[in-house]
Amino acid sequence: MPEENNKNKWEPRIIAFFCNWCTYTAADLAGVSRLKYAPNVKVIRVMCSGRIDPQFILQSLASGADGVLIGGCHPGDCHYSEGNYKMLRRFRLLQRILKSMGIEKERVRLEWISASEGEKVKTVINEMVDTIRELGPLGIPLNILEYNKDLIETKTEENRKEEVEYV
Amino acid sequence: MNIFMYNNNGTNIPNIGFYICHCGHNIAGMVDVTDVQKYAASLPGVTVSRDYKYMCSDPGQELIQKDIKEFGLNRIVVASCSPLLHEHTFRVATEKAGLNPYFFHMVNIRENVSWVTQDFKEATKKAKDLVRAAISRVFFHKPLIKKEVPINPDVLVLGGGIAGIHAALTIANAGKKVYLVEREATIGGHMAMFDKTFPTLDCAACILTPKMSAVKSHPNITLWTYSEVEKIEGFVGNYKATVLRKPRYVIEELCVGCMDCIDACIYKEAKYSDEFNLGLSMRKPIYIPFPQATPQVVLIDPETCIDFKSHRCKKTCIDICDREAIDLKQTAKYDEINVGTVILTTGFKTFDAKRAPQYGYGKFPNVFTSLELERMVNASGPTSGEVITRDGKKPAKVGIVHCVGSRDEKSNKWCSKVCCMYSLKLAHLIKEHTDAEVYNFYIDMRTPGKGYEEFYDKLMNEGVNFIRGRVAEITDWALVAEEENKLTIRVEDTLVGVVRRIPVDMVVLSVGLEPREDASDISRMFNISCSNEGFFLERHPKLAPVSTFTDGIFIAGACQGPKDIPESVAQAGAAAAEALSLICAGTIELEPNTASIIEEFCSGCKSCITLCPYTAILYNEDTKKACINEVLCKGCGTCVASCPSGSIIQNMFEDEQIYGEIEGLLKFAGIELADNKTEGKEIEHA
Repeated sequence: MPEENNKNKWEPRIIAFFCNWCTYTAADLAGVSRLKYAPNVKVIRVMCSGRIDPQFILQSLASGADGVLIGGCHPGDCHYSEGNYKMLRRFRLLQRILKSMGIEKERVRLEWISASEGEKVKTVINEMVDTIRELGPLGIPLNILEYNKDLIETKTEENRKEEVEYV
Repeated sequence: MNIFMYNNNGTNIPNIGFYICHCGHNIAGMVDVTDVQKYAASLPGVTVSRDYKYMCSDPGQELIQKDIKEFGLNRIVVASCSPLLHEHTFRVATEKAGLNPYFFHMVNIRENVSWVTQDFKEATKKAKDLVRAAISRVFFHKPLIKKEVPINPDVLVLGGGIAGIHAALTIANAGKKVYLVEREATIGGHMAMFDKTFPTLDCAACILTPKMSAVKSHPNITLWTYSEVEKIEGFVGNYKATVLRKPRYVIEELCVGCMDCIDACIYKEAKYSDEFNLGLSMRKPIYIPFPQATPQVVLIDPETCIDFKSHRCKKTCIDICDREAIDLKQTAKYDEINVGTVILTTGFKTFDAKRAPQYGYGKFPNVFTSLELERMVNASGPTSGEVITRDGKKPAKVGIVHCVGSRDEKSNKWCSKVCCMYSLKLAHLIKEHTDAEVYNFYIDMRTPGKGYEEFYDKLMNEGVNFIRGRVAEITDWALVAEEENKLTIRVEDTLVGVVRRIPVDMVVLSVGLEPREDASDISRMFNISCSNEGFFLERHPKLAPVSTFTDGIFIAGACQGPKDIPESVAQAGAAAAEALSLICAGTIELEPNTASIIEEFCSGCKSCITLCPYTAILYNEDTKKACINEVLCKGCGTCVASCPSGSIIQNMFEDEQIYGEIEGLLKFAGIELADNKTEGKEIEHA
């Protein structure tokens, strides 16, 4: 991806966490129905949206994602009764944290998509990509690199590695 | 964090085998598989990287097994279709070669990439990203052992229509115990309301009632009518259902169905709307739904019984019953049953014709629904088989309007599948009973099925009129003399290209099939999904039509989608066979994706305990630590995500596995590094 630094060629990178029972199945349905959507969203499957640790989301952003999409079952439809409610609560808290960190809240989106809503997967993903494209790159790793540039340059090769790992 | 340097205590250095499937043209047509295969070969830890036409085929699986033995592979990554489809296949293949199946990971590059992307380059790039994520994830995989739990051989069948009856009998005949729970006071469902069945015109009761009595008398079937499942908990093999037994105010075990009490009721005249006959006839507060009701037990409707309303009834019914079967103080009771599998056969409801106001149902007395006409032509129905208008006259002209509440943008878009055939049947029966002139108004005639097209042919030869066109409206506004006191059907005859007005004495609306009002409640209770239309969603539309996403819960009949009787019976048999195959295996393997607590890290904060929907987490007062009961844990991972000290791990979805996936997906994000610089070297992460 040598073009990544080229602003014109920048493409949003979005990580999606989809629950196995509803949203992941819906994404499969979108595939089976041959619905076409933007290739920017890459899905990580979890058993339940309740499994999604807010840290997954923060780590994704810190590692270079421009946005995170979370898909769970509709309220009341959770395969594990109430995991999606737990996610919703965490999501609300996380939005506040994101705000305080200066990250636009639109970068993290929570959607309820049931197993039969293949069409919704397409719409949500396309919308999300458009939103992130408008917001522009988040670029946390680049920023961090920038902050630490002087520091890093003074270190030896050995130390430099450690520093980067630490970050 | 340098994930690619990870190894399991220095002893288990990942030795990854990567395989990408062409899936014919399904994947190879949109993703450059050779490019991805080469790219994967360049990733750290990958020893073998291959592409193959069909990975799921036997030679494909053998390829993996051969490589495991030859190269000592200890991680397998297959990029092909959805894990929901073939994860199991490849796990079995991995296991056969002597590697723990949980060292296998699947990348979905068909449903998630090739089928949904339009650009070849973009698709290839996305596939590479996903492959990289998977390779980086498998570094953290651990060997796991599947849990085996015994299966309770008893089966719960919910809904006593023809599907439920057939499923219950099939399982009971195999020697297993069945609980058949039916909401109404009798089993039989919609089929019991029909007169004749298409295309053979054999009488519905004649073929149904023997099966109903067989259910009642079968030693392996516990029949609970007038009952509903209130709650279900547990998991495949071990469900516990709470069944509400509604009071019928008659002791079922004592009543023999002599019906003396009905004659003795102080209401000499039946004056309450009879639900079974759709309000076309009347019943008393104490009644039996229909003559062949099973069980043959009367029931009392507390809404209409005078004793419940005023407590001042002479209670003649109690006096006459020498078996002392009537108990006006009966109350609802709850029974708990343990079953291993459940078959849902909750059926359908017909479209409410009032929702299509242009057809005047409820406004014009002589507009009937097809179900009302089914009752009317039935010899034991409200008119003893006479087809008559509301004022008791034989109609001279009858119009049958197809697709009411089907194939309609305004209500239901789907084709209800059975209406064309039952409309033809009703046309035949109306002609037989009245010799009236019958008009069928159809959009398309849909008669696929054994003997169905021949039946349509037969009807055309019988002189029934067929007019192609969706009826615009039904009106009593007469424009010419012959329309006076008649219902006029206004329709565009699309074969001739003219708008016709056809005056008739009676209109039959062929109402479509819909999900029941409480289908979504049932789906939530049993933890299954509904399709967009609201019918229960099957696990796979072609290959698992009676399974659901919840193991041990099967669906059959019209609750899954509109279906005629033969199809419902076929599905019921299939669901019964699926349940039996689970039961006969004796035990079931559960995914080992359960959570466990690392005791030394647990601070004993108890925050996980209230989060667990299965109360699988207990607090050990002695050690001051939480502890997870693995038998109860279903592996949702909610506790894992919430543990402040990170002391809970979920097998198959461990934190480091997911972080591995994240890092893999975002590798080099924002850092300028060309793909080809990665070969075998360490990769730095910022």
